[in-house]
Amino acid sequence: MSTYSLSDGLASGAPRTSRVALLASWIRESGVGVLASIAWIAFGLSCLWWQDVGDWSRTHSLGIAAFIIAAIALFGTVGADYLGSAGQALHKRAPWLVALGAFLTVWEVATAKFAWLPLPFFPPPQAIIEVYTDDLPKLLDSVFASIKLQLGGYVIGATIGFLTGVSIGWSRAVGYWVHPVLRFIGPLPATAWLPIAFFTFPSSWSASTFLIALATGFPVTVLTWSGVASVSNAYYDVARTLGAKPSFLVLKVAIPAALPHVFVGLFMGLGASFAVLVVAEMIGVKAGLGWYLQWAQGWAAYANMYAALIVMSLLCSGAITLLFAIRDRLLIWQKGTVKW
Amino acid sequence: MVATALAEAVTYPAAGAALDIEQVSHAFDIDGTELPVLSDVSISVEPGEFVALLGPSGCGKSTLLRLVAGLDKPRAGRLREDEERIRRPHPSRVVVFQDPTLFPWRSVWDNVALGLEAQGILRSQGQRVDAALDLVGLASFRNAYPHQLSGGMAQRVALARALVNDPKILILDEPLGKLDSLTRITMQAEIVALWQRKGFTTLLVTHDAEEALVLANRVIVFSERPARVKADIRVDRPYPRHRGDPYLADLRRQILGLLGLDATW
Ligand SMILES: Nc1ncnc2c1ncn2[C@@H]1O[C@H](COP(=O)(O)OP(=O)(O)OP(=O)(O)O)[C@@H](O)[C@H]1O
Ligand SMILES: [Mg+2]
Repeated sequence: MSTYSLSDGLASGAPRTSRVALLASWIRESGVGVLASIAWIAFGLSCLWWQDVGDWSRTHSLGIAAFIIAAIALFGTVGADYLGSAGQALHKRAPWLVALGAFLTVWEVATAKFAWLPLPFFPPPQAIIEVYTDDLPKLLDSVFASIKLQLGGYVIGATIGFLTGVSIGWSRAVGYWVHPVLRFIGPLPATAWLPIAFFTFPSSWSASTFLIALATGFPVTVLTWSGVASVSNAYYDVARTLGAKPSFLVLKVAIPAALPHVFVGLFMGLGASFAVLVVAEMIGVKAGLGWYLQWAQGWAAYANMYAALIVMSLLCSGAITLLFAIRDRLLIWQKGTVKW
Repeated sequence: MVATALAEAVTYPAAGAALDIEQVSHAFDIDGTELPVLSDVSISVEPGEFVALLGPSGCGKSTLLRLVAGLDKPRAGRLREDEERIRRPHPSRVVVFQDPTLFPWRSVWDNVALGLEAQGILRSQGQRVDAALDLVGLASFRNAYPHQLSGGMAQRVALARALVNDPKILILDEPLGKLDSLTRITMQAEIVALWQRKGFTTLLVTHDAEEALVLANRVIVFSERPARVKADIRVDRPYPRHRGDPYLADLRRQILGLLGLDATW
């Protein structure tokens, strides 16, 4: 058959081949968009076609929303040329839309419709949507509490860690006293301090801030220190022959040269402090997403747990993205940095 | 012509300083054994003189320049700038190192501005940075970062970074080593023009006997490590000099002989 169409194409000349090519290129351009649209229509249908096995109030709205997304995916990718950068962005993410639509369809069918997955533990998408619409105030309160605690502890820990790191990297005397302390205390997981911190500090909030600062401070200190220590002497020589004073050597030579290391420390500190944040909220602070998770588990409200987990991962990922953005701004002089 | 731009932008006059290197010896400790590098070197440089230092690789030329800059202290002997002991670095003695060592986190302009910034006069004297960049022909690269430059361009930025400080003694450690022959000849002419205009004392280390003879009015030849002064040759020839000058060709043959190369060159 392929030989036939090949000879056919050759015989009948250019117009026909070009129409086929046009179709092929259209499918290549918009095919993914059409597929994404189909996947989301399937999701919408799966919501509306069968009866729910449980009692969920958002099934109908979710189905409608899925159809709207399907329409956006279709027109967005087919008409990407007319939509400028938004169309381009949509087009780039179309394969992910296909995967997401397919996943949601399977999830919907496997939970709400036929309960292939055991029910209270695997809630359907509409149950999670229901949490976002009906339990929003409490969830938002938790988000703000978590951000406040995390931000305070992280900024304090990063600042102290940075200053300590620069001091030990620069001054032998400071290094003599701080280095052993750092070696002794640093590797201890910050959560090990939890029981002591909660009864020595006046409030559970200050105790948690201390623990988050501790978890952040150690990697930031060590990496800042190693960054300052590894600055090539040639830079100091150049600066000194040009008349630089010690303060200039620290602020304008050592610190900028060490900054790539400092950022590695900041990333490590961020990861470590997330862990401490959640544990501290679960155990001591009666607020925040960690506490929300704990509370949801107590009530066997599994949909709320998933909803909180999703928010938490968005927040953590957002924080990392922000840090990457700051780094890319400050280290614009570096070639070939990792893109997040 | 571009040199004029820099000269005019500079507000205070700076003449060359005298440099006295008196019986200087130096050594390094490598794995517990002592490696003698300089052995009883004495050189007296008049204010405004242009002295070229020639010697085999690894004999100790860069080490001597570090002592003159005040970055290291000699094991024995004394160094003086205008009768004053050299104990620490000072912006009146600026070094262009063998390696350009630009600060990778600073743009070209900010690299050249380094000395003025360190001395706290950048705000009032910022136009000197532009003039120096013009001089080395890199005005259009003022916002580039060092990793975007070629080796030769980086070397020229390093030269501009030194010149902008208006030094009394300019210390050059093979500053033109990485340049292509054309840029090299242009830069040599610019250095001579600048030196004649400003009158700073110049110390130039080079591997190239011809470069030494075209630029300097005195050529000092060192022995193998540990470096001793093997010959001190005056080059009494007006500028601009011509490479084909038989007088210079004769001196060149003499110098290459001292460096252990036969006169067949
Ligand atoms: N910081 C140092 N520690 C130990 N040894 C050193 C140090 N700096 C230089 N040396 C040694 O001193 C000797 C002279 O070095 P120097 O850099 O002065 O040579 P040079 O004459 O400039 O050579 P080149 O022309 O190749 O640049 C070399 O043998 C080198 O190994
Ligand atoms: Mg050298």
